[in-house]
Amino acid sequence: MAVVFQKTKGLTDTPFHYCPGCTHGIVHRLVAEVMEELGVLDKAIGVAPVGCAVFAYEYFNCDMQEAAHGRAPAVATGIKRVHPDKIVFTYQGDGDLAAIGTAETVHAAARGENITVIFINNAIYGMTGGQMAPTSLIGQETLTTPYGRKPENNGYPIKMCEMLSTLEGASYIERVSVYDVKHVLNAKKAIKNAFTAQINKKGFSMIEVLSSCPTNWGMSPNEALKWIKDKMEPYYPLGVYKNTLEEVKQNG
Amino acid sequence: MAKVLMKGNEALAEAAIQAGCRHYFGYPITPQNEVTAYMAKRMPEVGGVFLQAESEVSAINMVYGAGGAGARVLITSSSPGISLMQEGISYIAGAEVPCVIANIMRGGPGLGGIQPSQSDYFQATKGGGHGDYKLIVLAPSTIQEMAELVQQAFHIADKYRNPVMILGDGMLGQMMEPVDFDILKKEENKIEEKPWATTGMGTRSKRNIINSLELDPQVLEKHNIEIFKKYQKAAKEEVRYEMTDCEEAEIILVAYGTIARVAKNAIELAKRENIKVGLIRPISLWPFPEEPFKKTRDHVKAYLTIEMSMGQMVEDVKLAVNGQKEVHFYGRVGGMVPEPMAILEEIKKIRGKK
Ligand SMILES: Cc1ncc(C[n+]2csc(CCOP(=O)(O)OP(=O)(O)O)c2C)c(N)n1
Ligand code: SF4
Ligand SMILES: [Mg+2]
Repeated sequence: MAVVFQKTKGLTDTPFHYCPGCTHGIVHRLVAEVMEELGVLDKAIGVAPVGCAVFAYEYFNCDMQEAAHGRAPAVATGIKRVHPDKIVFTYQGDGDLAAIGTAETVHAAARGENITVIFINNAIYGMTGGQMAPTSLIGQETLTTPYGRKPENNGYPIKMCEMLSTLEGASYIERVSVYDVKHVLNAKKAIKNAFTAQINKKGFSMIEVLSSCPTNWGMSPNEALKWIKDKMEPYYPLGVYKNTLEEVKQNG
Repeated sequence: MAKVLMKGNEALAEAAIQAGCRHYFGYPITPQNEVTAYMAKRMPEVGGVFLQAESEVSAINMVYGAGGAGARVLITSSSPGISLMQEGISYIAGAEVPCVIANIMRGGPGLGGIQPSQSDYFQATKGGGHGDYKLIVLAPSTIQEMAELVQQAFHIADKYRNPVMILGDGMLGQMMEPVDFDILKKEENKIEEKPWATTGMGTRSKRNIINSLELDPQVLEKHNIEIFKKYQKAAKEEVRYEMTDCEEAEIILVAYGTIARVAKNAIELAKRENIKVGLIRPISLWPFPEEPFKKTRDHVKAYLTIEMSMGQMVEDVKLAVNGQKEVHFYGRVGGMVPEPMAILEEIKKIRGKK
């Protein structure tokens, strides 16, 4: 019988703990497939965040370290400086990467640290039950903005791709989404570009993925995907924000 | 190599390099800036990595990454910077990652001052970060001993897969003394295989995971118990101390680090007045040496603990003496250093008491 679909070797057999309809799982699969296709699984070292993806070390089929909340880019820096020829990546949520770990993120990028960051922007703190994230939209109702996020009190959502792409050390920065098949395929291409940048020793790469949290948004999985498209995408435009790599340009 | 004249901070750095440390992460702070400057210059010469992080928070997490990836790694700072590292230190202990941390203490609390102090004793020996864990804490009193203990620290860290702290003060970091690196025990510089490290799987079939998370309370309790078995072993095997003139002493001074040197001067002053005074100098602050107190508490009249703090180690001295003799305390803080004459006065006060 012909094999039509096979689970990637980049994932272990441990079942995901993610909620039904959560796109964390899709992004895991994409990252794993990319590492398998690039043939780097045996030399990959991943860093898991604190957030819903805290158990990422159970899922990615490679060596892993679990970091404190927000510190993944610093941990990845330490690993990469010991093993400059290995492939080091972090997988982080918006609270992890753009609130408590902002300094670690910005400075890893500024140093041009040759690591790849997968950034899950779901505009909420998933793991702790749905509080405001630095990326929550204006007007968005969360546990800690029950009357909607108001700029007077909470300021404005942070656009990480735009911010980081101003830094010399950043080599490849792209924002993607995963709300339909076309976008999933494009997200995979972006993730591949980011890892390729690292393989070619070009410096810091980050892929921001607009992602869903049906549980804490209080939506069905389908409504949540539509909310990404209708509400998140206009504020967080998709696209390549930084690309210093000729070879990657051709890939894309 | 013959003896070289070096600052304590430089000897710390050089000893680490000779112990096979090739990764240093730090952030500038007085009075330990000589370490960062030395490492910035020296690491490239030996093919190592010096990285100035954006904060101590970040630096200690780089240490967690590098130590987890199998490297011998050093981080140094002074009091306020060490406070910022406490989260990372707790994770490092929880995930059983070896590393060496040096605190060249300055006066606190808060921003405090930049003059020497010993007021981080509690933070170093009693936890500091969250959760049940211990650091093995070594306190050198000369620059030669700084070099020796730094080398031993790397060995101990690897042996127990636990962070080891070198606790010194600004005086020790800044002053110069001759150091002989040749006499250091070279066999300890042999770095053993670390089959648990995150190096990339290569041909290994099992994934290596460095982690401190465990949601199952039964398993987490077991993990804590396992960690504490290591500490029990360390409490037997890593106790270090020095005793001077204790056999016939009427009063025994207890002091560590540079203050033990001041205490020795006080002993000389006392001798001239025919007062028999001894010294117990804990070298390992955790595990705290109880032996020397057991050996002396029968014949001594009282103990006098001297610290550059408001009284921290004195609590461990009281535990070791276990109520059997009086334990007195004399301390100066804020960068002020106890003087031999003042210590002699304290000794006389204790002798005068019935
Ligand atoms: C120092 C610290 N502060 C707070 C927490 C609690 N905490 C755990 S996850 C989290 C937010 C996670 O949100 P995000 O990074 O967006 O990830 P998501 O769950 O949405 O994927 C917080 C605040 C913690 N674990 N550590
Ligand atoms: S809480 Fe949200 S982000 Fe977390 S697993 Fe559930 S849906 Fe996904
Ligand atoms: Mg989130």
